[in-house]
Amino acid sequence: MTTMSGARGVVHPVRSAVEGAALDVRDLRMRYGTTDVLKGVDFTAQRGEVLALLGPNGAGKTTTIEILEGFRMRSAGDVRVLGIDPARGDETWRARLGVVLQSWRDHAKWRVRELLQHLGSYYRDYSTEHIRRPWDVDELIDTVGLREHAQKRAGSLSGGQRRRLDVAIGIVGRPELLFLDEPTAGFDPSARREFHELVHRLSDDDTTILLTTHDLDEAEKLADRILILANGSIIANGSADELSRQMATEAEVKWTRDGQRFVHSTMAATKFVHELFLQYGDEIGDLEVRRASLEDTYMAMVRDFERGER
Amino acid sequence: MSALVSAGRIGLARGRIELRQTFTNTQDLWSYLFPTIVVIVVMLFMRDSKVPGVNFSLGSLTLPSVIGMSIAFGGLVNLAQQLVTEREDGTLLRAKAIPNGMLGYLIGKIVQSAGMVLIGVVLTLVPGIFLFQGLDLGLGSWLSLIGIVALGLVATMPLGAVIGSLIGSPRSMGLVMMPIMGTVGISGIFYPITSLPSWLQGIAQMFPIYWTGLGTRAALLPGSLAVVELGHSWRHLETVGVLAAWAVAGLILAPIVLRRMARRESGSAVAARREKALQRVPR
Repeated sequence: MTTMSGARGVVHPVRSAVEGAALDVRDLRMRYGTTDVLKGVDFTAQRGEVLALLGPNGAGKTTTIEILEGFRMRSAGDVRVLGIDPARGDETWRARLGVVLQSWRDHAKWRVRELLQHLGSYYRDYSTEHIRRPWDVDELIDTVGLREHAQKRAGSLSGGQRRRLDVAIGIVGRPELLFLDEPTAGFDPSARREFHELVHRLSDDDTTILLTTHDLDEAEKLADRILILANGSIIANGSADELSRQMATEAEVKWTRDGQRFVHSTMAATKFVHELFLQYGDEIGDLEVRRASLEDTYMAMVRDFERGER
Repeated sequence: MSALVSAGRIGLARGRIELRQTFTNTQDLWSYLFPTIVVIVVMLFMRDSKVPGVNFSLGSLTLPSVIGMSIAFGGLVNLAQQLVTEREDGTLLRAKAIPNGMLGYLIGKIVQSAGMVLIGVVLTLVPGIFLFQGLDLGLGSWLSLIGIVALGLVATMPLGAVIGSLIGSPRSMGLVMMPIMGTVGISGIFYPITSLPSWLQGIAQMFPIYWTGLGTRAALLPGSLAVVELGHSWRHLETVGVLAAWAVAGLILAPIVLRRMARRESGSAVAARREKALQRVPR
């Protein structure tokens, strides 16, 4: 399933549409004036999948997401979001999407519960047999952990509470597909963990999620699949494990012998450890093997890619 | 269709909630009271002066004029101000991310802005009735007043929406406020327009503010006062004609401009505006 696509001028035959995919993006291109921002982005997401879109600033993440959200027109390519072209999405389609926006100071005079109740009422007409819309407001407030703040004005919430409200607004219509742009920016560690649990719960309920983040640890924890976008195309697509195997990055082996600490980097950690024990046997202590983290893999991939581009 | 009906209902609810919110903070309360207090004080100073050529208090003549001005002024400025501010802070983008959200938002804003104008009218009119003598307060006057308020709002609010869609940031609102203030100055609100040079009278008669002022004077003043107006008449037909023309122009233009504005909203557009606004904050 893992593919390296788009990079280094490799020409791919245009694949055919994937039936029943929540997201199907084929050869997406975006040009502003004479600058190509997206140069043939290609990926799919199955229902219930969590995708993390990573990439350096200016790689085209925001442009990609805004096209999928139907907020921006594309230059070329075929895009299906819940089976529908976002450039032609109607209100019924819109009701099936959730967008978590970075808020600033909007709705400052509204109370949390009042705002969620109000925004939820737009979804009432779009309730279906399988999905009851909107989310019950008190249940939703509990879910995002804002119960004590339900009667507070949005303008008086702290940064982290405000982000929870953003998330609640994004999911109030029980979306089938949720876009999360930097969802945990400004969260403290415990708020972050609670948020991760919420994402897991949503994906268990068959919600497809596309998130962007700069926190690679978060991407590794949340995402079934990671897409790395660099300079307008997807340079890697797979689980964190698959990506690190693909890059064949070095693992770090640490051990002690005779009270001395040793560190060794190797591509073949298993073989190295085996030989270490063959040679020294019981003398080896405190053995530690650390595989490349997603961060190492990511840095290596982006660096390699940028070197190849030059 | 049923979705549109619900969006209308939700929009009304939104307008009610946001109108109620204007009573719960000092900033909004002050913006209701401050202009009222200023005009009442100004009119009190004018109470003992007479309208030139007529034995009638200049203060009593100004009261209906001021109400007429606040209809047109509020209609133009309230909605424009709200649209500009809420586009910058991301409220509009949220509306765009919700099914029928833009429609609900817009209806809510119309209800809220119109409500704020009505509150302003009541706040000036109620003390004014007790402070100034000689007004005609029969049933016909009240009906005419309701008519001119409605017509004035329909003539000016679509225009306000157009202005709000075209202005880039809340800091540029001054660019529109200046000409609107200028128009108030030449529209015979605080002094009969007949004392102005005729070319200024001509300009003033092209804009809605003169006509809402004339309309409220026609509603609330005794018929004999028509002699101080241009053509010695309340010119009912012309009032309805000019205001209706503005209404039609606005109602044709507003949906086009609003749609264009809505289409351009995106997360990065809001982020860019936030960047720009924050750069202006002195450190």
